[in-house]
Amino acid sequence: MTTALVEPPGVPRPVRGLHIPPPPRDGGDDDEDRGPAPQRPILDNVRLAMIFLISGEIMFFGGLISAFLVLRVSAAAWPPPLQPRLPIAVTGLNTLVLLASSGTMLAAGRALRRGDRAALVRRLLATAALGAVFLLVQGYEWTRLVSFGLTLSSGVYGATFYTLIGAHAAHVVGALVWLAAVLALAARGRFVDGAAGPLRACAMYWHFVVALWPILYVAVYLA
Amino acid sequence: MSATSATAHAHVEHHELGFLRTYVFSTDHKMIGRQFLFLGLLMMILGGALALVVRWQLAWPETPVPGLGLILRETGGILEPSTYNMAFTMHATIMIFFVVMPILAGGFGNFLIPLMIGARDMAFPFLNMLSFWVAVVAGILMLAGFFVEGGHAAAGWTSYAPLAAVPEYTGVNWGQNLWCISLFILGVSSMMGSINYITTIINMRAPGMKLFRMPLVIWSLFITAVLLLLALPVLTSGVAMLLFDRWLGTSWFRPSGGGEPLLWQHLFWYFGHPEVYILILPAMGIGSEILPVFARKPIFGYHAMAFSMIAIAFLSWIVYGHHMFVSGMNPALGMAFTVTTMIIAVPSAIKTFNWLGTLWGGRIRLTVPMLNALAFVSMFVIGGLSGIFMASTPVDIYIQDTYYIVAHIHYVVFGGSIFGAFAGIYYWFPKMFGRMTSPVLGQLHFWPTFFFFNLTFFPMHILGVGGHMRRIYNPMQYEFLQPLQWWNVLITIGAIGLGIAQIPFVINFFWSLFAGRKAPVNPWNATTLEWTAPSPPPHLNWGPTLPTVYRGPYEYSAPESTDDFLPQTTPPVARAGARRH
Ligand code: HEM
Ligand SMILES: [Cu+2]
Repeated sequence: MTTALVEPPGVPRPVRGLHIPPPPRDGGDDDEDRGPAPQRPILDNVRLAMIFLISGEIMFFGGLISAFLVLRVSAAAWPPPLQPRLPIAVTGLNTLVLLASSGTMLAAGRALRRGDRAALVRRLLATAALGAVFLLVQGYEWTRLVSFGLTLSSGVYGATFYTLIGAHAAHVVGALVWLAAVLALAARGRFVDGAAGPLRACAMYWHFVVALWPILYVAVYLA
Repeated sequence: MSATSATAHAHVEHHELGFLRTYVFSTDHKMIGRQFLFLGLLMMILGGALALVVRWQLAWPETPVPGLGLILRETGGILEPSTYNMAFTMHATIMIFFVVMPILAGGFGNFLIPLMIGARDMAFPFLNMLSFWVAVVAGILMLAGFFVEGGHAAAGWTSYAPLAAVPEYTGVNWGQNLWCISLFILGVSSMMGSINYITTIINMRAPGMKLFRMPLVIWSLFITAVLLLLALPVLTSGVAMLLFDRWLGTSWFRPSGGGEPLLWQHLFWYFGHPEVYILILPAMGIGSEILPVFARKPIFGYHAMAFSMIAIAFLSWIVYGHHMFVSGMNPALGMAFTVTTMIIAVPSAIKTFNWLGTLWGGRIRLTVPMLNALAFVSMFVIGGLSGIFMASTPVDIYIQDTYYIVAHIHYVVFGGSIFGAFAGIYYWFPKMFGRMTSPVLGQLHFWPTFFFFNLTFFPMHILGVGGHMRRIYNPMQYEFLQPLQWWNVLITIGAIGLGIAQIPFVINFFWSLFAGRKAPVNPWNATTLEWTAPSPPPHLNWGPTLPTVYRGPYEYSAPESTDDFLPQTTPPVARAGARRH
């Protein structure tokens, strides 16, 4: 047991080598109003923690997106005159690329459940590749926009665009680094033995980052 | 069983950790709790010194502040307007983010959660350690701001735009930038901490520890963690935008580029109101632990206490507009915020009546923790009541931005949170450090603190109603304030007394740490789980078996007991006898 993250739910966890005997069968129960012990956790620690991390992240992006919408709605004209237009079509295709990466991540999960290490590594690699392609295309489009004169300091249009899309890109980079670490472990044979906590956590985060994108695409590029 | 415990002991002995892993980069929740406590207490010295500087200027404007001549050489210790602005800004920033939050949420949260739910540690001990050290980095960056060109942030702890969004307006450049960066990083630390707390409380409870058998302080820390998790990211996004405005030339809050200054206020207070409950809820929980122990009575209305905290968690999100009544909002919206704010006072009132109900007819022992807990309840009532006045828009239009608000803040944050923190420190000191504190020094700390606290902050109500504005450099510049100036002098004398009154606390703390009487396992005859572990608890808290919980946390003066209390680990006396209905 190398990490505390991978315990199956409900089983008392051996803390750094200390073995805890199981709780009494009745869980300290006596009568009706002194009911049973806490049930087996519905979700294990890792999944639960990821759900909370993602809720915190949603509040972070909620702050950014609502601030953007306030400025967007109160602007006289949007996009403001004489500002470059955003590349809707290319980004639309890029959106599909990112969504596809969620698909390969799901497939990796299936490979994990089958215990198929080769397929797992392959599909994680595909996920990472799709994520990298997304970032590269985004980066290329950014350099083009900058050359057309849209910068952080060119009014609310540029400011909101780069802050929002940049915040998402930073999250994709973070998720990609995480995925790379998980991928390296998977290639060395980890996770298929069932202790897949870090991988599951990474997958949840990946899906979050992917799911966030269409919302930003619609809000920033289309609306 | 005996075999496993034998291997367990063998394992424990194998785990002799070095100095660094035990005291510095420890993953033990108790050590991390102590570290947060020390961080908060250290920062309190700085926050207090800044407050005294502010008070000196208000009582004796533009005279040299004693001792400050050593730092402000050019002016010989006289505050300039810009230094004054910096002093009150940083006083509030430090007290809120680096004193009350680290002590209450960080210190007590870490120390108490595993011990009181019967877990060996947090769900993610490594993440826990990381959250402390990230907070330290945030603290260092915040302190660094004092040493940069142009001085530290000076736009108030609320950093309103556009004042804070354009460096030229305050003349502060990197000070305000560091303020933003530090709070951003603190947001990351808080995220790691709160995720850990919530996961631990949901998943790691000992056998028998149902949600509604949890001590109320655990409930309060749980709700605090939920608020931290959901509110701080909004501030984090806000300070990021503010930093970009200042540094990269974006215009989120700058009208010159099409931005909207009022947007900052919305983001700030959307975080800010939940924040004030983050500051007070743990203190409410601490009070709810201490009052039953020293009244020897079950808490009055356990479920009402828990549900009122849950109600606060929901209502906190829809009242924030009461900080913006004069921002030009639609009067109908102002009305809505008045109503929701009045409603959120109800759960606090429920809690107050329950504390009084707990005390009613109890066998009260006025120990030092109890005195501080009683001060917490009574001072919080005053602060809560002044809040109701301010919640009413027609009243608030007159008293907003005056010393009335300052009085309110300090009755809730000092009277509530800090007295709560003192109560908690005196109460759990034996468990934290294995030594008893000196009751004599404790009394010597409590009574002057209580007296000078009221001498300092009560007259602020009067000043406020008299029209004395917040955040003014020199009250003597205003003719209508000159007759009130003697109040300012009185308040400053009170504040100096309040500072001096902390000396017995410091002596007590360090003397007890090294020379206090050795603490027994359960010095206060309390029922909750932490008092079943040794004082101080070893690594992993209990021996090979975890405690099993059979009953609620407040069974004092229980008829079934031969003593007057039943620890949560006491099995039912006899099955037939236990069935009462
Ligand atoms: C009984 C419930 C409470 C009510 C009805 C209430 C109401 C209010 C209102 C209406 C204001 C805005 C006043 C103005 O700026 O004109 C305010 C400010 C404030 N309240 Fe409360 N409050 C309550 C409890 C608390 C608690 C428990 C805390 C903290 C522990 C707190 C901390 C603050 C602070 C720090 C401010 C000032 C913020 C600033 O402008 O710098 N309040 N309160
Ligand atoms: Cu508020």
